Order: sequence, then structure tokens, then C-alpha cells
Amino acid sequence: MSENEKSGYFGPYGGQFVPETLMSALAQLQREYRAAMADETFIAEFDRCLREIAGRPSEMYFARRLTEQLGGAKIYLKREDMNHTGAHKINNTLGQALLTLRMGKKRVIAETGAGQHGVATATAAAVFGLDCEVYMGTEDIRRQALNVFRMELLGARVIPVTTGQRTLKDACNEAMRDWMGSVEHTHYILGSVVGPAPFPEMVREFQCCIGRESREQMLKIESRLPDTIVACIGGGSNAAGIFVPMIDDETVEMIGVEAGGRSMGLGDHAASLVAGQPGVLHGARSYVLQDADGQTAQVHSVSAGLDYPGVGPEHAYWKDTGRVRYTTCSDDDALDAVVALSRAEGIIPALESAHAVAEAMKIAPKMKPEQILLINLSGRGDKDCNEIADILERRKK
Amino acid sequence: MPFLTAGYPDLETTAALLKDFEARGVRIVELGIPFSDPIADGPTIQTSYTDALSSGVTSEKIFDMVRSYRKSSNPQSAIRNPQLALVAMVSYSIVFKHGVESYLAEAAGAGFDGIIIPDLPLEEAADLEPLASSAGLANVMLIAPTTPPERRLEIARHSRGFIYYISIAGITGERVRLPEQSIRTVAELRTHTDTPVCIGFGVSNAETVAHVCEVADGAIVGSAIIHRITDAKDAPRDELVGKVGEFIGELLSPLK
Repeated sequence: MSENEKSGYFGPYGGQFVPETLMSALAQLQREYRAAMADETFIAEFDRCLREIAGRPSEMYFARRLTEQLGGAKIYLKREDMNHTGAHKINNTLGQALLTLRMGKKRVIAETGAGQHGVATATAAAVFGLDCEVYMGTEDIRRQALNVFRMELLGARVIPVTTGQRTLKDACNEAMRDWMGSVEHTHYILGSVVGPAPFPEMVREFQCCIGRESREQMLKIESRLPDTIVACIGGGSNAAGIFVPMIDDETVEMIGVEAGGRSMGLGDHAASLVAGQPGVLHGARSYVLQDADGQTAQVHSVSAGLDYPGVGPEHAYWKDTGRVRYTTCSDDDALDAVVALSRAEGIIPALESAHAVAEAMKIAPKMKPEQILLINLSGRGDKDCNEIADILERRKK
Repeated sequence: MPFLTAGYPDLETTAALLKDFEARGVRIVELGIPFSDPIADGPTIQTSYTDALSSGVTSEKIFDMVRSYRKSSNPQSAIRNPQLALVAMVSYSIVFKHGVESYLAEAAGAGFDGIIIPDLPLEEAADLEPLASSAGLANVMLIAPTTPPERRLEIARHSRGFIYYISIAGITGERVRLPEQSIRTVAELRTHTDTPVCIGFGVSNAETVAHVCEVADGAIVGSAIIHRITDAKDAPRDELVGKVGEFIGELLSPLK
């Protein structure tokens, strides 16, 4: 894989399909990232940030009541929801903010869907005294009002995006447009394992603390690795973070869960890997939801963080090689999983993470009691409570 | 060199504009193939793309329009010998989806002379170059103000037809003035290459055209034209073509 990573490719996926204006910034980022990862001082500083700011390591939690209710595999939760700011996103933003300082840049920008990455970027910016602007679609601003307020409280400016479907993809476009004109003094903190190289590899590396800790915690608690790991996939950063440190452990089965939305008709879901085809979006070749002419398709998910028509190129590679199995979970099943986990364990999961919980609830009863099923609980659901309340209310009627 | 969004406000108008431009002595037109996510474009061109897409414009329909335009402008001649060169500006997302080889072949077959793929930088263009040249399409490459000097020369060596110099680090759109540094860079670049250099992004009126053409072989005007089309969108086609044609006449005047 190291050979592939040099050129920014994972098999045939990845690359740098961006305007020439951004190429020198990507080259600079690539250089600084490589140098930083080889620099013990940088690694030590990143570890300190993860510990003291994010609050790592996150707990490995045995979900006893959920396990009993389902009557199958032992279910563990990797508690990324316990991180500062409420999700795994902070791991990546701390890493990239440190790189921003290293590059001598003073301003960061970000795109956000659910607002978790925006909040995590605003937090890192506040910690290091960087100017911060976050692009967010107006549809997501509506769905995630609390996170908009949090970003502003943290000193960031939230810029509403009114183009396209007014969600994550459009916020990503606007952030890239900003970066085209501000590249000399601004770093774009991309929030997932998507975009042009080196972002997919870099974001995955900053998220690998999830999988490294999980591996160690599992060996300590159970003296063995889990049989199955389940994670939700929008762009795919929490999944890549937990998968990669165990990707060479062939006994560990890995499942990625995409947003199945309302139905599997084009426009009703956001399942790029399950229902899309190879294409190019936001600077990388990967699986994409497009129409026959190459225009990006409309997408839908109850979860703003999964509402994206593309996916990280490394996931495309794992799909083709068969290393990871990809499946979907509908809006309805994700909502049911929110309720189920809240009542069984006293944990309200984010709508995104609930997709992984729903899949786990489906497969756990079919597994043996001595088997171990690990769910990456990527974030907490506080931000979703208004949206969930609305939907549950509508369901009653 | 005028830029037009193909199919904005409709394909018949695009064809009528091409005819008007050709009659005025325009030598190259850049035709933008509408895309849902044009990250290098500002609001003016982006809105025109969204509008064209919502009325059902596709690459196939644009190729049909170009094909019949080529036939109508050259009815007697069996050999294509047009006055007007047409260059397609298209996202690699679209080209890749259609299949690179077949997209290039179809574009050339319809009557395009060149192609600009703004999201296909040097490193990713290597596979496409031989396919473009065997299809008979000039693959025009872009240089940005952020491009380091050695890389500028490398891109210049690979670019066919002309070199597209992006005047401003940023997105397309009308600007009052262009950075002097860009003008100096282009002057310097021309001492290293025989390939013509055209400057685009931010060129919006006769003065900037004249300024740019002191050092460059051509000026590319996009948003300023699209904005005039938008203003005349609801007028009858003849009136729209007349108004936009008049603007092109103004832009050309300092060059005569």
C-alpha cells in the first residue's frame, strides 16, 4: 500500500482532480504532512492534544443489556461519543490544526453537514487561536441549529450555502471555492477521508487512534480481537479510523453501513458504495452517485452527516477487494436504533452512528454468544434531538 | 475569446450566438459544458450551469447542436474548414463518466477542436493526452498564479492549441483590475514557448482585454458575457443575440 500512497491512489481510486490553482497547496500539504508524521515532536504534541483536549482514550464499553436483549454476540461500543465536542471529528481537526500552525497559516475553513466537523474545527481553531469560517448548507443549518450556535459561540463564522441541495456536498463546493482564492494563507480542514490526495490518507491517519485504542482495549478485556466491526459511512472517516489498525487481521470481519434513506431509488438515499458507480467528485476518483451524463445525483438521508453523494477512495478500494462489506440502513431503522440504544444502555447515539447500531442489531442475534461484535459509536445524539422529536411526532400521526 | 455556457438560456440561442460571433471575426469560442458542481466557477457561471441543467441540457445534446452548427455554417464544403475554433470546457467528472476515449471521440466528431478540463492537472492528464491527440482534439492546459516556475514550463510543454493562464488565484468572475504579477508572468512565459498564451478569469471589459493582449495572444471573457445573457434572458432571441453581439464588438474593438 505504501507505493500506492506515494501517488495518492488506493488501487484505481483517489488522485488529485482539482484546478491547477490548488495544486501547489496540495503539494505543500503533502510535504508538511509527511515531514510532520516523521517528526517525533509533532506526534508527541498530537498525542498530547488527543489526551488533554479530546479526552482520549475513549472507553471500550460492554453493552450488557443490549447484548442480553438481542441474545447473540457480545456487543461492545467504542465510545467516540464521549470525546470532547461529541464525536470522532475532533481527532482529525486537532491534527490538521497542528499542521496549519506548522505551515504558518493563520486561517482555517471547513465544510460541515451535521455540524459536528464544524464544531470540532471551531474548537481546534479556538484552542490554537486561528481564524475560522465554516460553510454549511441552509438545509443543514435548519436541521442542526444547536451546532450552528456552538460554532458561533466558539468564535467561528458560519457561512450559509444556498446552492444545489443546500447540504454537505454544496458546503464542500463552497469551501473549495474559498480555498481557491485564499490558499496562500488559509488551510482547508476537510472533515472526512474524501477529497484530493493527501486528504484521504491524512484524515484516516488522524482518525486511526480509534482503531489503535480499540485493538489494545479488546486484547486487554477479551484477550482477542473482535469478530466483526460495524461503522457508519458518509465520507467514511470514523470507519477508516477503526478499520485500518485491524485491516491486516484477516479474522476480523468489517462492515460499513451507508444511508439507505427513504428507498433505494436514486435521489432517495446516500449509498454511494452500495448503489453508485466509479466516478470523480471533489477531487478524487471513487464511487459516486451520478446520473448517466455525469451530473452529481440528489441524495437523501435523515442524518445530515451521511447526506453525501461520494465516499472516500480507500473505501472504494476495500469494496472492490472485498475486504469490507458495505450495506445500507434505512432512515426508519436508524431512528428505531436511536430509541433502542437510548433505552437499553442510556446512550443517545447520533443519527449517523445509529446506522451502525441498526446493522449490529440485525446481525448480533445470528452470531454466537462467544463472538464479539464491535460498534464504532462515532458520535452522540444531543444535536439530533429536535430532528428526532419532529420525526417521532410525525410518525405518531 | 468569448466563453458561453452551452444551452444557456437554450441550445438554439447558443447556436445563434456562435453564428453572430463568427460573423464578427471571433476566432475561438470556449463552450462550457454545464456541470452540477463547478468548483472553479463563481456565482455567475454556476447559476447559468444550474439553469441549463434544469432545462435538460446534456453533453449529447450539446454535441448535436455543435454538429448541426458546423453543417449549417459550412454547407458546401465536404472538408471541415471552419473560421471558428470551438473548445469545450468540461469537468473531468463528466468525461470520466462517459468514458474518456468515447467522450473525446464524440466531441471531436461533433466539431470541437479542443478541450479544456479544468480539474485535470498535469499529473492526472498523462493518460488522456494521447487519446486527445489521436481523436484530433487539442488538450488545452491551465497555469495558475500559484503554479511554481518549473511547473509552468512543464505545463506549457504539454498544452496543445494554446495555454490557458488563470490571472487570479480564485474563481471565475468579473474583476475591475488584474494583478500586474500575472501580466509579468505571462510576458516571461512567452519567452519560453511558441504555444499561444490566453489569459482568463476576471477579464470583463474592453480595457482589461486590451491590457491583457499587450502580453498575451488572447483574452478569455466569461462571466461578463454570461451576466449580459442573464440580463437579456427573457427578451426575444434576436434581441439577446444583438445585445451580447454588441458587447463582443466592444471587446474586439481594441484588437483591430
